[in-house]
This record gives sequence, structure tokens and C-alpha cells, in this order.
Amino acid sequence: MTDGELEVLALSLQVSLVAILFALPLALAAAWLLSRRDFPGKSLLDGVIHLPLVLPPVVVGYLLILGFGRQGLIGGWLHDVFGLTLIFNWTGAALAAGVMAFPLMVRAIRLSLDAIDRRLETAARTLGAGRADVFLTVTLPLALPGLLAGTVLGFARCLGEFGATITFAANIPGETRTIPLAIYSALQTPDGESAALRLVLLSILVSILALAGSEWLARRLARRLGGEG
Amino acid sequence: MLEVAIEGRWGDFALDARFVSEARVTALFGRSGAGKTSLVETLAGLRRPTSGRITVDGEVLFDAAAGIDLAPEHRRLGYVFQDARLFPHLSVAGNLRYGARRAKAPGDFAEIVALLDLAPLLARRPRELSGGERQRVAIGRALLAGPRLLLMDEPLASLDQARKLEILPFIERLANDGAVRIVYVTHAMEEVLRLADRLVLLSHGSVAAEGGVEELLARLDLTPETGRFDAGSAFACTVAAHDATWDLTRLDFAGGDFWVSRMALPPGQRLRVRVRARDVSLALVRPERSSVLNVFSGRVTEIGAVDGPQVDVLVDIGAPLRARITRRSLSELGIEPGREVHAVVKAVAIDRQSLGGGLGRPAR
Repeated sequence: MTDGELEVLALSLQVSLVAILFALPLALAAAWLLSRRDFPGKSLLDGVIHLPLVLPPVVVGYLLILGFGRQGLIGGWLHDVFGLTLIFNWTGAALAAGVMAFPLMVRAIRLSLDAIDRRLETAARTLGAGRADVFLTVTLPLALPGLLAGTVLGFARCLGEFGATITFAANIPGETRTIPLAIYSALQTPDGESAALRLVLLSILVSILALAGSEWLARRLARRLGGEG
Repeated sequence: MLEVAIEGRWGDFALDARFVSEARVTALFGRSGAGKTSLVETLAGLRRPTSGRITVDGEVLFDAAAGIDLAPEHRRLGYVFQDARLFPHLSVAGNLRYGARRAKAPGDFAEIVALLDLAPLLARRPRELSGGERQRVAIGRALLAGPRLLLMDEPLASLDQARKLEILPFIERLANDGAVRIVYVTHAMEEVLRLADRLVLLSHGSVAAEGGVEELLARLDLTPETGRFDAGSAFACTVAAHDATWDLTRLDFAGGDFWVSRMALPPGQRLRVRVRARDVSLALVRPERSSVLNVFSGRVTEIGAVDGPQVDVLVDIGAPLRARITRRSLSELGIEPGREVHAVVKAVAIDRQSLGGGLGRPAR
């Protein structure tokens, strides 16, 4: 592997991991709200969460520029208050990847929350566990398979993210050029096909490793949950 | 002491329950839809009544007027559900300890494991247990949380007959132990006879009657609530003697003594016997040269409502005994309140099924 490829790989992993790390708690909260609570505007929230799944990624990227760019409502505030700039650097790439992966994660987690027998949570209450305690000791362990599935799906989506990233964070080597962007760039250069092929193989390898890892984890979980995972 | 006076409405269903009980085992009895489960859920804090008050040993769990509504986790009431509801991600030991870990005064682990014979199950997962074993673990789990009252919501209803007979002795032991008082929800009179001291009859969301088991079973007006087919009287008896020659056992009770098929119980053991009304016949003269061993003389005190060709008659033989006879016999024998009659009960009509153990250990 060349230094350039190593850099691309490390950046891809960094962007995806950070994206997942931030998206996971939010996805869990959103999934919990959608699964367990009734409130006005619930279907609106549901729709907004699922938008990145149906919109062209370029549109999502553009919306991110509007919202998180220097002049954007949130971006401007982040810059003024924290001195934080998301656009055109790797954190922007992570934001784009996280947003694109979000609906997939919410869906997977919500399904597993829906599948939990609520009566088990009631039983835990009668045994002296408060709401938060029940969530941590009954709901969360039983939702672990869904959390794992959501994480894997989200991670894969992050690794493959292209459209929103290139629109929002641009294609800057060493900063926002993840594997898909690097493949695209290689194909744009004359004689870049062999470099592209090597990156494609790298991408396949990373995906297989991630899948195998999650498979192994899922099997361990299933054993712990008594074959119900 | 459990004091309940609540009203609630959920959709079409209205609950209006008032009762007080100090008994070791209070049975909430009624048909499905009578409001039994709604009532225990309300006690446990899983359902909120619109008004009223619930107290246990003087501590207020719910008081609408005072704005008190303790969360389920603060009520310290054990709850055994019809479906055991064991946590699938924990082992049996993990399930047992779940409540104990959160309790200020948890039950004694070793003692409860021994009481319910759980030692061989501890390392297993809930899915590896039979229905009966699951229910035993659920009972242990609730007990270990150190409850001041154990609510059992039809704990045997989802089990087959064999499993029921396997679990009943454990619950019986628990009841007789007296360590924790039990509110036992059921629609099976057998379980009431076997376990309960006090009976609360629920019908259409309200308490039709409350009182001692024997007392309520003797009330002809409660037949619709206690069940027509199995209607009968219950008697608190003591095993008096065994007759080895004829394989019989003599039981003493307030109305004299019964001869029944021999039982494997020690003399002095107290138990409850039910005599079904349809197994009792009446005669104006004392039957002689008859195969029947149990004849009781008494005075008719009440004649129940007519139900087709049959009618129930209450005879005071020192305790109220219920007899079901035809309307025709009633008329031909001229049976009316005040009349002296002889009630005849076949010894073989009293079998194990009619026996209750709800009266505790051998008389002291």
C-alpha cells in the first residue's frame, strides 16, 4: 500500500468512525422517541429523519451548505461561538457521512425497540427499577442486536458516502478525500485506472472485514440473548 | 393490612373496588373481564385510578385527594405475572437478583432458592426452562425484592393441569410460611379453596362481596359470582383419625365429622374440604341401611333462586351446608325454611380435588 492509499484509508476510517460515534446516540434517541412516544409532529420528525434516504445526496450536501456553511444558520453560530468550521474539512465530511447514515441507523434501532416485549419493562418496574434503570438494564441490552445492525449499516453507508461529501466538504486530498472520492479522482486523471482499481480492492477488503466483524459480534450477542437476537 | 377504595375508568371499563384485608392470602375471584387484572395493576401502580386511596400497613401508595401516586418501583409490591416475564438476556440467577439488588431489604437468597427448589436452575437461561419452572423463578424473583405484599395474577392460568399441580404446593408453602402476604388473582375455585383465607368477589368491575371463603361460598345469592356448576360449601376441618381397616379418614368440623377416603395427612392437620351442592341430597327421615357414611341433621335456613329444574337449599348442620335438589323434590318433601332435614353426603364425593390446604400447618 502506498502512503497516499494509507492516508486515504486512515481518513476514511476516521471520518466514518467519528460520524458513527456522534450519530449513534442521536439515532438511539430518535428511534426511542419514534418507537415509544406519541407527540404532535411525530410524523414530521419521522419524515425529516428519512429525508437523506430519499433525497439525491447532492441535494443533502447543498442543504448542509445552507445550514452548516459559514453563512449558514447553524454553521455561522458554531463559528461565532466555538470557532468551529465544518465546511471544507474532514469534520464536514464526517457530518455529511453521519447525516446520510442517520436514517438507516434509526430504522434498524427502531425496529429492535419495537420488537421488545414492553411487559418485560413493566416487570422490571415492579422489581424496583426506575425508568432510566429499566432503559439501561432491560431495554438497551434487548435492543443491542438492532444497535449493532444500525451501526454496521451506518458505518458501511459512511464509508461509501460520496455525493453529499463532495458537495459539502469538497474533494481535498488528505482532508476530505475518502476512498470513494479518491476513486473518483483517480478515474478523472489520465492513466489513473490502475490506481482506481487498487482503491476499489481496498474498499472491498474494508467492507468484508467490517461485515465479518459484525457477524462475529452478532453471533456472540445472539448467544447471550438466548437465541432471540 | 391492605385497604383499597378506588374508582377508575379505562375506555369502556369502569372499576369501583373497595375492600380491606388482613389475611395471609386474599383471593380476588371473578370471571374473565370482571376487572381482576385491572385491580392488581392498579395496586401495583401500573394503572392509575381516577380517584380513591390505596394503603398497605398504613403507608399510602395512592391517594387522589392528597395527590400521592407512588411509582411502581417505590411501592415494594412483588408482582407475579401470568406469563412469567423473565428477562431473556439474564440467567436465572441474574433474574432472581434483579429485584434483590435494588431492594433495601432483599429476601434471603439461599432461603428462597431452597423454598422454590431453584438451585438446579440457577445457571440456566429462561428459554431453557419449562413453563412451571419459569413461574417458580418468577415467584422467587418477586420474593427476593423483599415485597411487603405479593401480587399473583393468575400465576397458574397459562399452565397445564400437571404443571399446576407441580406449582401449587410451592405457593401453598409460601402462603403457610406467612413470611409475605399474598393477593392472589384467579378464576379457579380450586385455587381459592386451596390457598385463600379471604375472598373478594369481583363482578363487572366492582366488589360483589368480600369475606371468609367458607362464609361467601355458603351464600346462595352469590351463586352467579362463585360459579353455578361447582357450587358447594367449604368447611374448615381437622384430620381426626385414620381407619386402617376400611381405608377411611375421619375429619372433624363444626358440623360433626366426615368420613372420607383415606388421606396421607397426619392427625391434627387442618385442611379445607369442599362438598359440592350436587353431591348432597336431602331426606326427611334419617336414612338407615344405606351405603352413605355421612348423614347430618339440621334445619333448612334458606332456599335459593330457582334455576330451571333445580334449586339450592342451605341447611344449618352446625355449619352451613349447601344441597342441590330438584324443584320437584322440594315441593314433594315440602322443604321450606325451618324444616328439619337430614343431609346425605357420600364419602367418595370428597376427593383430593375438593381439599384445600389454605388453613395452614397442623393445629398448634
